[in-house]
Amino acid sequence: MIENPLLRHGLLIAAVMYLAWSLGSLEVDWARTAQGADRAGRIFSRMFPPDFDRWSLLLRGIIESLEMALAASFIGMILAIPLGLCAASNIAPRPVYLVARSILVLTRTFHEVIIAILFVKIFGFGPLAGVLTLVVASISFIGKMLAEDIENLGDQQMEAIRATGASFPKVLIYGVMPQILPRYLGVSIYRLDANIRHSTVVGIVGAGGIGQTLSATFSRYDYDFSLAILLTIIALVFLGEFFSNWVRGRLR
Amino acid sequence: MLRIESLSKSYTLDTQALNDVSFEVTEPQVVAIIGPSGAGKSTLIRCINRLVEPSSGHAILNGENVTSLNSSGLRKARRRMGMIFQEYNLVERLTVMENVLSGRLGYVSFWQAWRRSYPPEDIADAFKLLERVGLEGYQDKRADALSGGQRQRVGIARALMQKPDLLLVDEPTASLDPKTSRQVMRILVELAHELHTPTLLNIHDVPLAKNFADRVLGMQDGRLIFDGTTEELTEEALTRIYGEEDWSVDTKKNVDEGVDTASTAFKATST
Repeated sequence: MIENPLLRHGLLIAAVMYLAWSLGSLEVDWARTAQGADRAGRIFSRMFPPDFDRWSLLLRGIIESLEMALAASFIGMILAIPLGLCAASNIAPRPVYLVARSILVLTRTFHEVIIAILFVKIFGFGPLAGVLTLVVASISFIGKMLAEDIENLGDQQMEAIRATGASFPKVLIYGVMPQILPRYLGVSIYRLDANIRHSTVVGIVGAGGIGQTLSATFSRYDYDFSLAILLTIIALVFLGEFFSNWVRGRLR
Repeated sequence: MLRIESLSKSYTLDTQALNDVSFEVTEPQVVAIIGPSGAGKSTLIRCINRLVEPSSGHAILNGENVTSLNSSGLRKARRRMGMIFQEYNLVERLTVMENVLSGRLGYVSFWQAWRRSYPPEDIADAFKLLERVGLEGYQDKRADALSGGQRQRVGIARALMQKPDLLLVDEPTASLDPKTSRQVMRILVELAHELHTPTLLNIHDVPLAKNFADRVLGMQDGRLIFDGTTEELTEEALTRIYGEEDWSVDTKKNVDEGVDTASTAFKATST
């Protein structure tokens, strides 16, 4: 890859030295780490058997998470359309395009958890903050995919529809929509699946759903209930994945 | 019917894609526009329906100056100009019928277009046209399931659905094999004559142009340098359009598309 042998070996040596230095500079409390295996063993042993006795609490959390994911996916899917259209360079005027792209970049800069923390600070604990977080994430994800699909279309169909004397909205529903609809639905379903997973995560910072319940069990050392929740989340994510693949398979 | 007055287009400051082109079409004839690649053929026909905005000059269709229309006037004018494309430009995921009916998009409301509910007479016309171009029974097939020749027939039907006063045709056969090309050209020219629709036809295949057109325009470097009947398109005229030095090089590699077919045409006309 690098022609000059001096440069090649020099870079390699520099990389190894940097690795050594950075490992050395990590402040690892080795005494505490040594206890890790021991503690892990204790935590895991207290997790078994999983405790499903408080199933009504569990169920409430799961349903809340699912509701958050569904609502956020649906709202995100709808709001992504105008944003995606505005962010496609081949159909949006330049200033609109730049604004829309900036929104997309900005919303993708921060991880969901950071946005969730912000919304929890603004709207307080609970599912509203979670839903808003997932809406933001969904809009930017679906919007970006949509914009890129439109840009990849090429202008052949749009040119032909325009040549018939059709107005811009008709060009969109005839020349653009049929071409991108299957991908848009596929991406939206994928996002629903992702939102189910992420709805459990944002709960940990207090934005509602099963994640909030899970986080509470950890702080109360209710490890057996934690395991019950984790198992349920795994099952839920599996189901979501399965459903999403099934739907996307049928869309082709 | 159609008058072009010193139409020019420059994409960049120092090059003229279209340079002061003027001509007139006074009867419903098929006018082939020939010339080497990059001569401005495609720019010329796109400047007429303003898919490309001309830099100066006018295109006047049946007394109306298309070049000076505002956007809603332009949409109305485009309804009267059917266009056929080299790559067919069908909406791949829609059915043949939906594609043909899209020729009426300028006439129906947004909600009719959304719900695909076209007036019954449009649907009847679409069936007639499909039969006429030899695609009877294909109405529910998806456009991406068709062959190139079939797609171009759908393209022809879509353009004719507009009941146009002018047909703009951009290299209709460039993506088709020779036999299909002739079939498509025959259908196109027959229909243009039958419906008395003046037709501007970009084509780089000179023999096809000579076979099917009533009149030939020759372009070079954005300028119109030949205007005459197919009989008047002599070897000498072809040399003027395609250039002297290019004639002797038909064995050379890397000859561009326009030169290549022109040399074949040269041989065809000399025998």
